[in-house]
Amino acid sequence: MIIAERKPIKELLEMLAGHDRVLLVGCKGCVTVCNAGGVREVGVLASALRIARRRQGRPIEIDEMTLDRQCEPEFISWLEEPLRENGYTAVMSAACSVGPQYIAERFDNVAVMPALNTKFIGGTLEHGVWAEFCRACGNCGIHNFGGLCPITRCSKGLLHGPCAGSSGGKCEVRPEVDCIWHLIYTRMKNLGQVDKLKALKPAKNWSGYWSGGVRRVVREDLTL
Amino acid sequence: MSENFEPRIVAFCCQYCSYSAADLAGSMRLSYPPNVKVVLVPCTGRVDPLHILRTIENGADGVCVAGCLEGDCHFLEGNFKAKKRVAYVQRILSEAGVEGARVRMFNIAASDGPGFAEAARIMTETIRALGPNPLSIKTEKMSEEL
Ligand code: SF4
Ligand code: SF4
Repeated sequence: MIIAERKPIKELLEMLAGHDRVLLVGCKGCVTVCNAGGVREVGVLASALRIARRRQGRPIEIDEMTLDRQCEPEFISWLEEPLRENGYTAVMSAACSVGPQYIAERFDNVAVMPALNTKFIGGTLEHGVWAEFCRACGNCGIHNFGGLCPITRCSKGLLHGPCAGSSGGKCEVRPEVDCIWHLIYTRMKNLGQVDKLKALKPAKNWSGYWSGGVRRVVREDLTL
Repeated sequence: MSENFEPRIVAFCCQYCSYSAADLAGSMRLSYPPNVKVVLVPCTGRVDPLHILRTIENGADGVCVAGCLEGDCHFLEGNFKAKKRVAYVQRILSEAGVEGARVRMFNIAASDGPGFAEAARIMTETIRALGPNPLSIKTEKMSEEL
């Protein structure tokens, strides 16, 4: 899923300066699972912002609404009525940054702000801890590495690892992080495939990543 | 701060320990400040950050979450969860400009009536020292303060 994290209240207050009536919109997708922008987090954030603004002597009205998903225009259209009826001057989106962009494209008379920092594509390590697993390079090659991604999870993105900094299974760059090359090697050894690691790998083909502008996926059979 | 400020404190007390302790304090005829209003919860693990925040937002001067002694939670670790959540709310409150110390966690055994009375006193004194919930003070004054 996409992992996100709430921005500091101070930063959000700066964005909201000059706005007195705002809709805070959460998302029931990824950001609910990573506890950044679901119904509950939206409630907590709205409360915190109202408290902060009362402290500043300029109270703010914040209504809360959480959409099933903000990464699809159909759900964004649910905002039409509340935005028409309630005179909000701003929408703060607690989704990954797809949400606020869709809202900004659809409604040209409200300010749109991100409540979250979208961090990475990741998974849950334990309750309350998330880590990055994929850099969306567009050319997945993890079958060469025992199903583990060195592009993302090796701090140096090495295709031939480990480096000399691997120690006790941990990475020299950040000791709390597993050395993925240690895991790759151990796994390949268990699979009896260490030989595969010895094969020289050509430089990674990054053409599916930055080049060519905004990336798209098209499924002709699904288009209407 | 007004001389006759009487703090309004909400205490979320767990059924198995601190609520029983409060009950016991009552049957032991122990006197403790009447400022603390008790809300019974099945376990402090049930107390959500939102409950605490909304209580402050709606005007309480202080909130305490009172659970079993550490290691004695009827649901094993509800009080440890509550402890972390209290710390989380304290951080959010200070980010929002309200003293985090208005929210506090206590651990009281079911058999400890005097412990409950003591916690009520400590909490009342803490809040008395902090003064009224800044959200209930006139806003002009607050903006000067910030
Ligand atoms: S190789 Fe690329 S697509 Fe595959 S997991 Fe790594 S970053 Fe993601
Ligand atoms: S220690 Fe391991 S994970 Fe860290 S940079 Fe070296 S090979 Fe990569």
